[in-house]
Amino acid sequence: MSSVDLAPEHHGIRDTELDEISLHRRLAETWRTRPGLIGFLSSVDHKVIAKRYLITAFVFLCLAGLAAVVMRIQLSGPERGLIGPDLYNQIFTMHGATMMFLFAVPMVQAVGLYLVPLMVGTRNIAFPRLAAFSYWIYLSGGLFLWVSFALNTGPDVGWFAYVPLSGPEFSPGKRADTWAQMITYTEVSSLAVAVATIVTVFKQRAPGMSLDRIPLFVWAMLVTSFVVIFAMPAVMIASTFLILDRLVGTHIFNPAEGGDALLFQHLFWFFGHPEVYIIFLPATGMVSAIIPTFARRPVFGYLALVLSLIAVGILSFGLWVHHMFATGLPKLGASFFTASSMLIAIPNGIQIFCWLGTLWEGGRPRLNTPLLFVFGFFFTFVAGGLTGVMLASVPLDLQVHDTYFVVAHFHYVLIGGSVFPLLGATYYWFPKLTGRMMSERLGRWHFWLALIGFNAAFFPMHIVGLWGMPRRVYTYPVELGWGGINLFISAGAVVFFLSFVLFVINLVWSATKGDVAGENPWDAGTLEWATSSPPPSYNFARIPVVTHQEPLWAEREVLPVAGGLRVDAREVLISTIAEAKPDIREKSARPSIWPLFAALTVGATFLYSIFTPWAVVWGALPITISLVGWFWPKGAPEDEE
Amino acid sequence: MRQHTVVDLSHLATFGSGPRSPTWWGTLGFIALEGTGFALAAGAYLYLAYIAPGWPLSAPPPNHWPGTIVTILLLASVVPNHMLNGYAKKYEMLPVRIGLLVMCAFGIAPLVVRWFEFPALNIYWDTNAYGSMLWVLLGLHTTHLLTDVGDTIVLTVLMFTRHGYAGRRFGDVEDNVFYWDFVVLAWLPLYVLIYWMPRF
Repeated sequence: MSSVDLAPEHHGIRDTELDEISLHRRLAETWRTRPGLIGFLSSVDHKVIAKRYLITAFVFLCLAGLAAVVMRIQLSGPERGLIGPDLYNQIFTMHGATMMFLFAVPMVQAVGLYLVPLMVGTRNIAFPRLAAFSYWIYLSGGLFLWVSFALNTGPDVGWFAYVPLSGPEFSPGKRADTWAQMITYTEVSSLAVAVATIVTVFKQRAPGMSLDRIPLFVWAMLVTSFVVIFAMPAVMIASTFLILDRLVGTHIFNPAEGGDALLFQHLFWFFGHPEVYIIFLPATGMVSAIIPTFARRPVFGYLALVLSLIAVGILSFGLWVHHMFATGLPKLGASFFTASSMLIAIPNGIQIFCWLGTLWEGGRPRLNTPLLFVFGFFFTFVAGGLTGVMLASVPLDLQVHDTYFVVAHFHYVLIGGSVFPLLGATYYWFPKLTGRMMSERLGRWHFWLALIGFNAAFFPMHIVGLWGMPRRVYTYPVELGWGGINLFISAGAVVFFLSFVLFVINLVWSATKGDVAGENPWDAGTLEWATSSPPPSYNFARIPVVTHQEPLWAEREVLPVAGGLRVDAREVLISTIAEAKPDIREKSARPSIWPLFAALTVGATFLYSIFTPWAVVWGALPITISLVGWFWPKGAPEDEE
Repeated sequence: MRQHTVVDLSHLATFGSGPRSPTWWGTLGFIALEGTGFALAAGAYLYLAYIAPGWPLSAPPPNHWPGTIVTILLLASVVPNHMLNGYAKKYEMLPVRIGLLVMCAFGIAPLVVRWFEFPALNIYWDTNAYGSMLWVLLGLHTTHLLTDVGDTIVLTVLMFTRHGYAGRRFGDVEDNVFYWDFVVLAWLPLYVLIYWMPRF
């Protein structure tokens, strides 16, 4: 048999054969998410999945934020009795674990999941069923953690769950298992999105979007996805080893039987440090998208910015030991990690200078809320970066290790470096998601309240840290004299919290009553603004052809497009990696309920496995059935060519 | 904004194999992340061996013969695997079906021998950290082997149905070949670590 004996190629109905109205009608029919509950659960539209991710991650942000407020009330004065040490341990663990695993990473990946296909000019993410699966697994992991907490089985060993504290000897019961298995859920979901993102960027870019025309946000998501692929397996290995030690009696972390407790720290931080950049790099991509739009010029130093992103991604794997300076490592090794920790400041600095250059060269920038948050990011992140350079020095690190100085540092880096850009990005892309503008007036109030509240809450932590206040204490005696400053910190935290209340009001009000946005309200240059707001299920009626880094600025009157795709089957354009030359008319998967079933069977196996290792055996058959159901062709036109 | 069609896509192929296909890149992505997991597990083994006063820890070295037989079987399987790849590239249905059946057999055979590998380690997972790491490394690769053999069996059944007569299914066969190479390749360093490192 040869290729001529294969099923005949279906000519199908092509977009070139239809007028505008029929084209949109046909595409809408082919690409829609079906109505009803089954349709809802079967959706594989990247925008639908991303919105679910965004909303879910925001709910987890609120929960973790409330946990922080409770801690701040407890610490607002010496020897307060609102919560005891046991609950406090659970709450700070829930706060950290939720912020890192259920809010920050899923949130930035979700922004990518929504925007990357639009920005590269394609109709859906690569492997859309995998993306759907990833959401259900993520949701299961989040529910698992918080339901466990409600049942008094929330982890209480800190977000990094060091052994021997989290090991079988010092943490009987199921709390540490909850931490370990929550890791498995969230990392599986994150890895799945990373693979889908990489393939989308490599193979689904619009014709003409060569490597030097890829939007910087897309570059940032690409580099981030690579960091995810090489970092997340480390924490899965660490948490799996931990579960094995706890559940079946292995001795991997048990020094009495030839294991080693520090091995856990190495494995954890080999993931944990890149994790910071997994959260931070997408935020820099958001900044690189916002600044040119408001400075009214293409970004200054495109190549330097791309190379900086890649350099940060690579260097992020060479820093992990600086979290372990207090463990008594050999001095030479510590010096190496001091040097690499300082080295990473260079590409980060280059990025900051390129952004300032863009603003400087672009004339008077438009000071809308997205740009205000970018300014907030500059100020806060640079401050956090400077304390980072301080902490890279071993003698200083030893003095302030596990004090509030470190708490202040990483909140400046994470909130300044990621949450402020995320808030700016919300104001910037909200019109694309909803078709309506957010209120500028409320936005400005939000910005100033957030900036003041944040700094009031976290700046004094540097001072109280230098005074010697350790992190993770549920209270402190009155004689230490930390009461006044802690009351001030708690007041700042309440202001910061109120800024989020204002943000939620703005979101809800604007979604229904905001000004109608139109396709491109900011007059921006990238492709997500070349389609309606919100975009239709098929994103683009015809695939745009890219001629410039900012395609919509280069082609202001007429958008060049590509024609010839089928409209009666889900077809996407596959292009070559470097030059983005059109190569294949590939099919994109239809909606399916099977990814949900697969997530249910996999999730149930994870859950059961904290009780017995036999879960893996019992779970194998249902998982196999759901995966076969997922992949088996159903006779749709997408399956047969 | 008005649109002007400047590129015609209608003549493009509807499937492609190897690096032209997104599935190939997806497979590579999963190979990269699973490979990282293997490398880190192997790193943990070497770390514990490095800090230990001696290796193996209070146990005789494993009997290498079941592991060696598995290694020979896996290495031998590369030949029919690549013949299968050649047939898939040429869309030759009968040889592809036979090749897949052969590969199922080459997948099941090492799993049968693997059953005898665990007792041949001469130590249990809960004896000490050395035993734990041997079981972990062998367990990881067994899971890997099981999932890929399962995948190969499902694909074989698929190619015996009418759904097999589609270009993209032959691409799936090529990707399966690609992934099997990784299963074989990932085993070789693990084989050395499990069976030979405790001897030197």
